[in-house]
This record gives sequence, structure tokens and C-alpha cells, in this order.
Amino acid sequence: MIRTALLVAGKDLRIERRSRVLLWQVLPFGVMGLVLSGLALGPTHAGHSSAGPGLFYLVMLLVTLLMINRSRVIEGSVGTRTSVATLGLDPAGVFLGKALALAVELWVTGAVLLAGAVLVLHTALVGTLQALPSVVVILAALAAAGTLYGALSGGGQGPATLLPVLSLPAFAPLLIAGERSFSASLHGGGLWQWWVISIVALAAYLAVGILLYGVLEDS
Amino acid sequence: MVTLRDAVVLVGGFPLLSGLNLELEAGTLSVVTGANGAGKTSLLRLIGGLVGLTSGSGRVSDIDLATGDLRELRRRVGWLGHEGSFYDDLSANENLAFAAKALARPTNEIAGVLDRVGLTSRASMPAKLLSAGQRRRLGLAWILLRRPALWLLDEPYASLDDEGRTFFDQLVGDVVESGATVLVSAHDPLRSSTLHPRTLTLAGGLVVGDRS
Repeated sequence: MIRTALLVAGKDLRIERRSRVLLWQVLPFGVMGLVLSGLALGPTHAGHSSAGPGLFYLVMLLVTLLMINRSRVIEGSVGTRTSVATLGLDPAGVFLGKALALAVELWVTGAVLLAGAVLVLHTALVGTLQALPSVVVILAALAAAGTLYGALSGGGQGPATLLPVLSLPAFAPLLIAGERSFSASLHGGGLWQWWVISIVALAAYLAVGILLYGVLEDS
Repeated sequence: MVTLRDAVVLVGGFPLLSGLNLELEAGTLSVVTGANGAGKTSLLRLIGGLVGLTSGSGRVSDIDLATGDLRELRRRVGWLGHEGSFYDDLSANENLAFAAKALARPTNEIAGVLDRVGLTSRASMPAKLLSAGQRRRLGLAWILLRRPALWLLDEPYASLDDEGRTFFDQLVGDVVESGATVLVSAHDPLRSSTLHPRTLTLAGGLVVGDRS
């Protein structure tokens, strides 16, 4: 399973590096989203970082949906899916590999957008750095959930519009936990309950994905 | 190698195969012909364990299609589709390395396989930049690397020029001679001067003609 996961993750990341979709399309989209969010807040909110965590996760949600679709599209053609199916890869390993690749892409994007949040939304640098561990866990959970829901919404064959509708209810607790823990890092307050929610959600999505990904792909 | 009895495949309530009977001996070449929608691709997908049997019975390479491990069956077949069968952003070399690693095969066989299909000079080129004929050859290289006992080739002659057809005929002839079973789907009967396959005609998901 681990060998398959590393093989699939390596392949997905190699394709992403080669196609540069993340670099030239997704990252600029995320940065523009963050800048527009800052502009929408208006000058009276400049210097107030209270909206920063929520806006960061809102932009990350949009980026996540784009990246999930991208992850589906590279497996999308019937010929590719058929050929890869004849390799008889362990579906649990494929799930973990695709989730790992997606998580790496989200971590890269998240790092850039966190820097953007400091510059554009004026979130405090120290608090933002303190939020890093929770951001890493939340983005990993989003990657696991996104990979699972990408398969649920029909893999590369289903309509792309189905994914947001299906996945938003699953993403909501993660986004709330992420926003609260980020806010707590910036302004103080209880953190541990959001950590528990994040880690339980990550473990749950990984477990469900490992168990069900093969069934979803075959169906 | 392949036995199907009253095989029915339904997808979304629509019958793709409707009670088909078929027997394929090991080490033989067969061609399935028929009009669009006759069930050619569905037959290949059933034999390859890529679609489930709705009713009837079948065995492929000693694996029961109704109760057996279809993932294990898939590992035993080589599939060439009529569209791209690999990752467009990866090079020919990288695509084959991915397949080799997935199957725990040594990657040092890749150079020989690429040479066999005449793609050595295109080894580092992304698959999306290859011509239709070269993509077919890469698909064949993917199968050659795997050395399966059963080759399922869906419309392999599409987009091939005369040189490509000759190359393909030679390769298939060698493969059959080495003991593999090859099942090819095509719109029309083969017009090869070197291959003399059994020709099955499909219509409405049934075998309506069988000529050796």
C-alpha cells in the first residue's frame, strides 16, 4: 500500500511539475482571490486581521476545489483509466498517493497564501507562524476528503459541478476548525478542541478513503 | 484461456452483451468485428475484468468472472484502447517506468521495449506530443513491458499508416507464436497477408458469425 502510495504521489507531482498548472494557474488565482478579499474589506478594515483567517480558508476552499478537479482530470481519459486499471494497483494505495500529492500541492499554495495574508490582510506574523501546524493538518484533511469526494462525484467522468455540492458539507467542519484555530493563534483562546476536531477528521477521512476508494473507483 | 457461457453485461439497464457464448484457446489470434455498438469493446472489457458479469458464467485465465478476483485478472491482461492509454504529460520513458514500478518489474527493460516499438528517439518526449501512430506504439510498449498472457487490443489499426500496420502485424504474429492469446476488435475483418486469425462477428451483443 505504501509503495503504491509513493508511486502514485510521485507520478501526480511529476505531472503537476511538468504541466505547471499549479504555478501558473492555481497560485495566481489564489493570490488574486486574497487581494480581492482585502479590497472588499475596504480601507476601514485595513490593519484589522480578524477577517484574515476566514478569508484565507475561503480562498483555500476555492483552490482545493480546483486542485481536486485537476487531480481527477489527469486520470480522466477512459483509455488512461483502463490502462491503469489493468495494472491492478491497490486502491487504498492509490487513494493515499493521490491524497498525499494533493496535500503537498495545498501545502505549497497555503504557504504562499499565508504570506499573502500577512501582506494583504495584515495578519500578525507571529500568530500566522503559530497557526502553521494547524493549517498543515487542516489542508491534509481537506486533501483526504477532497480525494474521496473527487472519486464519489464520478472521478474524471462525472460533471465537475457535482463536486462542490457534494464536498462542501464534508469540508465545512474542517474550514470552521481551521478558521477558529487560526484566529486563536492570532488573538488567543482555546486551541485544543479545534486540534481534536482536525485530527479526528483527518483520521476519519483517511480511514474511509482507504476502505471505500476502490469501491468508488470501480463503480 | 477464455470461456463465456450466456454472458450478459448490463450497464445502466442497457444490455451491452446479451447472452454471449465464446471459447478462446491459448496461443491463438482472434478478431471481433461488428458495427458500432455491437458489443466489441464491451466483450474485451468483460474478458479483461474491467466490467462485471451481470448473469451467465465465464472464466478467463482460470479466474471466475462472477466470483473471482477481478483485480488479479486485470493484472494478467494487456489492454490497448483506441484512445490514449497513458499520461499525456509524462514522457514515453516515464509512462513505462510508472507501469514497470506498479508491476514490480525491472525498469532496465524499458530501453529494449522502446527499441522494439521504434520509439527510442522519442523516449523523452511527452506522450501528448507523439503522433497517433506513435501513441499506438507506446501503448504496445506498455503491454510488451508487462508480457501478459492475454492481449486485448481495441481498434488497434485506427490511425495507423501502412508501415504501422505492417509493424503491428509482425508484432502480433510474434506474440501469438510465443504462446500469448490475442483478441483484437476491429470494424472490418483483418486484411493482413501475414496473420490468419479466427474472425468473430458480433451484433446486438451476440456472436452471429464465427469463421476460422
